[in-house]
Amino acid sequence: MVLLEVKDVHFSYDGKPVLKGVSLQVSGGEILGLIGPNGAGKSTLIKLIAGILAPQEGAIEILGRPLKSWRRQDLAKVVALVPQGAYIPPTFTVWESVLLGRTPYLHFPGIASKKDIEAVQRAMEWAEVGHLQDKFVGELSGGERQRVILARALAQEPKVLLLDEPTAHLDIHHQVSTLKLIQGLARAEGLAVLAVLHDLNLASSFSDRIALLVEGKVLAQGSPEEVIVADRLHRAYGSGILVMSRPDNSTRPIVLPDLRIS
Amino acid sequence: MLSVRVTLRRRRWLSLAVAVLLLLAVSLIATSWGAAGIPASAVARILLGQGEYPATWQTILFQIRIPRIILGGIVGMTLAVAGAVYQAIFRNPLADPYLLGVSSGASFGAALAIYFVWRFSWGGLNAVSLAAFGGAMLATAAIYSLGRVGGKAPITTLILAGVAIGALLSSATTFFMFTAREAFHTINLLGWLMGSLALADWARIKTIAPYVAIAFGVIAYYSHILNVLQLDEEQAMALGVEVERVKLLIIASASLATAAAVSVSGVIGFVGIIIPHMVRLIWGSDYRFLLPMSAILGGLCLILADGLIRLLFAPRELPIGVVTAFLGAPFFLYLLRRYKKEVFYF
Ligand SMILES: Nc1ncnc2c1ncn2[C@@H]1O[C@H](COP(=O)(O)OP(=O)(O)OP(=O)(O)O)[C@@H](O)[C@H]1O
Ligand SMILES: [Mg+2]
Repeated sequence: MVLLEVKDVHFSYDGKPVLKGVSLQVSGGEILGLIGPNGAGKSTLIKLIAGILAPQEGAIEILGRPLKSWRRQDLAKVVALVPQGAYIPPTFTVWESVLLGRTPYLHFPGIASKKDIEAVQRAMEWAEVGHLQDKFVGELSGGERQRVILARALAQEPKVLLLDEPTAHLDIHHQVSTLKLIQGLARAEGLAVLAVLHDLNLASSFSDRIALLVEGKVLAQGSPEEVIVADRLHRAYGSGILVMSRPDNSTRPIVLPDLRIS
Repeated sequence: MLSVRVTLRRRRWLSLAVAVLLLLAVSLIATSWGAAGIPASAVARILLGQGEYPATWQTILFQIRIPRIILGGIVGMTLAVAGAVYQAIFRNPLADPYLLGVSSGASFGAALAIYFVWRFSWGGLNAVSLAAFGGAMLATAAIYSLGRVGGKAPITTLILAGVAIGALLSSATTFFMFTAREAFHTINLLGWLMGSLALADWARIKTIAPYVAIAFGVIAYYSHILNVLQLDEEQAMALGVEVERVKLLIIASASLATAAAVSVSGVIGFVGIIIPHMVRLIWGSDYRFLLPMSAILGGLCLILADGLIRLLFAPRELPIGVVTAFLGAPFFLYLLRRYKKEVFYF
């Protein structure tokens, strides 16, 4: 079932067009990797879907309902966002930061119910930050903080998960474990995942489908081996990229920097 | 692992209970401080309704000292809560309740009233108080509308609009101070600008209490949302918060309460900026706890400062800001050194 649908969306910042007719769909249980060069409009698209910005043209549907018809509080129970380089005040504890994910469920006076506490605990275990719960955010490493933000998004118990560079500060173990976790959740809970990934190898290994966004347009969309193709990547990123097949005979291509071409 | 979190929560509740008891104790003790030398034992018995004492003692206690303590408590609570709220919304450690023109607007209003010797009054408030209240609300409204850009009120433009309007109003206030026809007008204005609780009475309390109560109600309702607003606005929106609406409501409430407090007490600095930081340093940033704790400590701080003025300097009145800063600043520096946490945001 299609949980997220973007139909011919146009968006400009103060008259400067950034998205020029973007369409894509993500079904429950599916991971769509979004790749593209800096400034292509990936974060902008994510913000449009999270309801932070509104498109000037086109439509976005969440669970088959137009985004515009959602109350923001209800939307936050269905769509969760892990933003690029997000800030959390250093004097929050990890527990308190993850509890913020329950905001759309809380009513005055903001006391967490048993259900909220369970959701927070589960999210912290998934994101491997349970052992940090009483630490202050100011005392965490960059990668630990990134996983706290992921835990916060999971505590929202979303149907659609938007990830903007979720692996940016993670070591290779946590890159893999985070993406495996997300993959597992997508399969088990039927989450629709849209993930911006700069690392083309991670995108290739973990996405069910990949969309390549260039200058506000989807240049290619399809399985990793359909999109991660040398001439496509050269058109998007310029030269200096080598596409190879994996030694383990997987159909997912790998990408290397090619220093011979200037 | 759960137990550590529970311990933290218990520690917070215990601290809050201790603070409340301390507030009550200091309030009681402060009733025996003042110019008229009424012995503490007599005060205690009068309060308990026992013993025969001169009627003037009764009057001093019930019409002067107790209202002064209660007003001090209300003003201190208001400043601390408004400061905490502004720091969250503006995500700026230097934010105080006066950031959006409440003090410059109030001072300008007071200056007008003193300079032109206005004489009207309402609800126990004289012209100076009323003009100060009006000036504060007008200045905040002007700053908020000037700081709006395309349906939103970004925090940086709000702060900068506040700086500009504040400078404009302060220059006018200074002009009135220097060109006043009578020297005592200048002194009055100067005294008002530095804050004092000397004019406290029941009528003033009754007049400002509803504004403060309504504002506190709104702020308390949104206390868990204030946790989210300490993130950036995009994250707050993604967590389901109607940022612009909530921001407007909370800023309006905090400004209303501060304007009401300032109109009867003048501009008292320091409390609104330091108390929330102190709570944040010791107990963390959860506003469901930080707000009540700041309120209690803010009230305590002003009652204590004002009490010390009466105890040490009576019958002379000293601007209360002198005492809050003189004693509070070293204490805060001590806390800053002791809890070397990264409280600030940049
Ligand atoms: N708030 C803004 N106001 C004006 N222009 C903006 C704003 N945010 C982004 N832009 C512009 O929009 C374009 C797309 O930005 P966006 O952040 O969506 O890119 P991106 O694909 O996420 O890039 P990156 O890979 O660097 O994260 C860029 O040219 C950027 O300069
Ligand atoms: Mg981006």
